[in-house]
Amino acid sequence: MRKPRKYDDIPGTYVFDFERSHRGYHLNMFCMSLLKENNRKEFLADEMAYLKKYPMTDEQRQAVLDRDWLGMIKLGGNIYYTSKIGATLGHSFQYIAGEMCGMKQEDYAQMMINGGRAPEGNRSISENSDG
Amino acid sequence: MAKILAGVGTSHVPAIGAALDLGKSEEPYWKPIFDGYEKSKQWLAETNPDVVILVYNDHGTAFGLDVVPTFSLGVTDLYPPADEGWGPRPVPDVHGHLELSRHLAESLIFDEFDLTIINEMAVDHGLTVPLSLMCGQPEAWPFKVIPLAVNVVQYPPPTGNRCFNLGRAIKKAVENFDDDLNVVVMGTGGMSHQLHGERAGMINREWDNRFLDDLSGDVKRLVQLDHVEYMRETGAEGIEMVMWLIMRGTLNDNVKEVYRFYHVPGSNTAIGNIILENV
Repeated sequence: MRKPRKYDDIPGTYVFDFERSHRGYHLNMFCMSLLKENNRKEFLADEMAYLKKYPMTDEQRQAVLDRDWLGMIKLGGNIYYTSKIGATLGHSFQYIAGEMCGMKQEDYAQMMINGGRAPEGNRSISENSDG
Repeated sequence: MAKILAGVGTSHVPAIGAALDLGKSEEPYWKPIFDGYEKSKQWLAETNPDVVILVYNDHGTAFGLDVVPTFSLGVTDLYPPADEGWGPRPVPDVHGHLELSRHLAESLIFDEFDLTIINEMAVDHGLTVPLSLMCGQPEAWPFKVIPLAVNVVQYPPPTGNRCFNLGRAIKKAVENFDDDLNVVVMGTGGMSHQLHGERAGMINREWDNRFLDDLSGDVKRLVQLDHVEYMRETGAEGIEMVMWLIMRGTLNDNVKEVYRFYHVPGSNTAIGNIILENV
């Protein structure tokens, strides 16, 4: 069993540690393949056929097909990799970020213009539940 | 003898590169950022370094998850801009400085920093956006660049203290290089940002500015910050700021802050820029 880590206490955060990296390895390497123009075309032409070339789980494939950006992260995806799916589909980073925190892109963009998400109340799961 | 004149800290947000490449730099959203870098651009043009050692991280572009080197040094003469999923940025090729990079690699390894050596690499926005911010859109970059790539994607990145000490070893190596070269070191990434999860968009203006203050005021505090503090306080991806400590380590104990710019937001990120000169 993995020992609890101090960073597990940070809310809404999935630190890309060895466990997540191992779990998401093939998902992330699929994402990396989209750096090549030919692969982007092949993926867009038949997404499932392309996804089957990588030995990832059905759940991971479904998350890609569903554009479940938070789901991909929970299944071991790393944002620097999953954002390559976004680039392939023409989505901005802000669109993906908004999707992950359940906000419309324009609301997320406005939050950033207003100074971003405040650290207050977002530092610690245990402190939040205590207080 | 070669010498390090100054250090620069700067963010490397990809959307800034896209804004510049797509001709959006005068738009109200982006203009304050490009205006904020004007003084830095002038400073760099006047300083006119021969070589920039550019500390950055690759974002799943040149390095995948198959092999994850903690510190890697480019020792070749050409680094083309990478295709990151939307075609390569329309920016000039980056040219290395063979002799200094070879000297650095040898000196650092004998100094017990066990670097990975890069003989071929395309460079992503982590390296090209700082060049664009600091130089604008020239036909060719006005100096040679030695890329130093740091893993900050796969946890754990190197500690801030290790980064600082690597900077110290780079300082020593540069000062032992026989040719007269003027060198500037750039530390890039950050500042506050979290790009993933339900906490995406986190920004900590107060923390970031204290970090900027202490680059000249209390480096000892900065080198002791642990990874959880960076991630908790500045967003998970704010951990990139350890790379600024490599830059800081290449400078003298006493430095003068000659310029600072801080702006929220650049897409998802707090944009920070600082110039530190040796005194």
